[in-house]
Amino acid sequence: MSVLTPPPPTSPSAPAPEPAPEPAPRTTAEVRRRTRRTLPSPGRMLAWTVMGGIVLITLLPFYWIVRTALSSNTALTTDPSSPLPVDFSWGGFERVFGLQSTEEALAQGGSGGSLNFWRYLFNSTIVATMVTVCQVMFSAMAAYAFARLRWRGRDKVFGLFLAGLMVPAIFTLLPNFVLIKQLGLIDTLTGIALPTMFMTPFAVFFLRQFFMNLPRELEEAALLDGAGKVRIFFQLLLPTAAAPMMTLGILTYITAWNDYFWPLMVSYSDSSRVLTVALNIFRSQTPQSGTDWAGLMAATLVAALPMLLLFGVFARRIVNSIGFTGIK
Amino acid sequence: MTVASTVMTKRKPADGSKHADADGGSKPAGADRGDGLLAALFIAPAMFGFVVFLAWPTLRGIYLSFTRYNLLTPAEWVGLDNYRRMVNDPIFWSSLRVTVEYVFINIGVQTVAALCIAVLMQRLTKSSFLRGIVLTPYLVSNVVAGVVWLWILDTQLGIGNQILGALGFDHVAFLASNEWVIPSIALINVWRHVGYTALLLFAGLQAIPGDVYEAARVDGSGELRTFWKISLPLLRPVLAVVMIMTVIGSFQVFDTVAVATPGPGGPANASNVLQLYIYSSAFGRFQFGYASAMSVALLAVLSVITIVQYRLTRAGESDLG
Repeated sequence: MSVLTPPPPTSPSAPAPEPAPEPAPRTTAEVRRRTRRTLPSPGRMLAWTVMGGIVLITLLPFYWIVRTALSSNTALTTDPSSPLPVDFSWGGFERVFGLQSTEEALAQGGSGGSLNFWRYLFNSTIVATMVTVCQVMFSAMAAYAFARLRWRGRDKVFGLFLAGLMVPAIFTLLPNFVLIKQLGLIDTLTGIALPTMFMTPFAVFFLRQFFMNLPRELEEAALLDGAGKVRIFFQLLLPTAAAPMMTLGILTYITAWNDYFWPLMVSYSDSSRVLTVALNIFRSQTPQSGTDWAGLMAATLVAALPMLLLFGVFARRIVNSIGFTGIK
Repeated sequence: MTVASTVMTKRKPADGSKHADADGGSKPAGADRGDGLLAALFIAPAMFGFVVFLAWPTLRGIYLSFTRYNLLTPAEWVGLDNYRRMVNDPIFWSSLRVTVEYVFINIGVQTVAALCIAVLMQRLTKSSFLRGIVLTPYLVSNVVAGVVWLWILDTQLGIGNQILGALGFDHVAFLASNEWVIPSIALINVWRHVGYTALLLFAGLQAIPGDVYEAARVDGSGELRTFWKISLPLLRPVLAVVMIMTVIGSFQVFDTVAVATPGPGGPANASNVLQLYIYSSAFGRFQFGYASAMSVALLAVLSVITIVQYRLTRAGESDLG
């Protein structure tokens, strides 16, 4: 658990070029490393250079999206390597949102296709929210039953759940598609959300770990006061579990939002199309010869932005939770 | 629901006697009354999801692999036909080969890079801002990653080739040539996932007690030696679990290939990874039975790899004591 100790407060959202090499608080480990600083500093400089290179490779594609999205297509072909937007233009975004006349869009290299952005944003939001809220809630209930209630066959049933961790997603996709089709839920948001709404083995496992570590006294006092277990769970344990449930929720939301394969199988029309699928359809619409790169990058930015904004808000929590999810 | 109710009914006859040993009976006996019923109630939704969307589909997928099924007419039992066809299908073998090639490049580069980032993060700074930066690509979907790199690696106008050109190299058709397409796809996925993997490893490094490093320092061990003799061996269990997870994940590559390569399977099936072939068999040609058989094959391959990897790397044991 020591992995989880929050790191020194730095600003997680401000786009500074490179973090300062001197972290603020001085724990014992920090003091110890201080002595290492006397090591020949070329090594450290090399290390920082490598780190700088990694940061650059990580972030450059994001910058390139913005730079291209704000350029005009004709200028892109004449000056492809300019680090700044060439012939600044909102045209790409206008094509994405369908704000241009078809002739104008074709003239600028678009296909006349557009993203029904708000519709897809709405669909993605509904699906990810449904999956996240239900999955976290139901998994928390199951985790509580596995961790805190006593019943026959508990460990065997839990073992069965754990075995589910090993079944790769692809394997259940085809049979699930057949099932969703038979249920008549093809091309509905419910159809997209349903398979992951009730549980994932990981979610149950993750929350069970948390409930197992809660002290028994917490419940016992309430039991003596005459509270029922249902009430204890909802009024006492759930609030205690707010932090891990939030962590799990954010990770679930990201996964559900970014999912492509399953929504691609299930949705056929605008009514249930999510952003990931829409983006690839937009891509396949742009002309093969002389691709509308400005429009395509504008669409990419539009599709990526919601999660990047969410990350801006929850960066610290997400970053700190990764280690926790990995160390089982 | 069925399993949930069996749990419920099973519980009843055993009421007083057997269940109390589950965790040592640290509670007053009276408090346990009704736990079985309550547990069934609490587990019901998750159990429903588990049975309907995980366990049953797994069994059904195995069943479908022995049938001819096109969604329109009922599945027809054909025994081992699909498997026989699979063994004799050159495209299946080429897609398996392509997938394995992808997995090797992806795992190799990603593990080394992630390890490098994790160590740098541990030794240079613990800034969570830096950790946030390396995680950013993980926040975007594979589709977004695919489209961006499609542009960056574009043969004529892509900045990647512009840089190559400026350095005096020939332009490379990264995503449109047989030999480059799989390495390129692998590197795109490394870009997206390396930060996540690095953070898992970083957490593993943080769990190594500081006094081990202290002792090494007293012994005059340098950075590289400390890495090889302490960090790496003590990180082994975490590294092993992370690698098993990445192998399973990368065998299922689909999104990036579907987005970043032309047509189904690319030129000469050079990017026709197994998932793509399964998908096109099912939805392009409506051969659900055949597609299921290939899924079973994939499941078998993954199980064997996971078990072998688990054994070889002793992933379940820690040297930390």
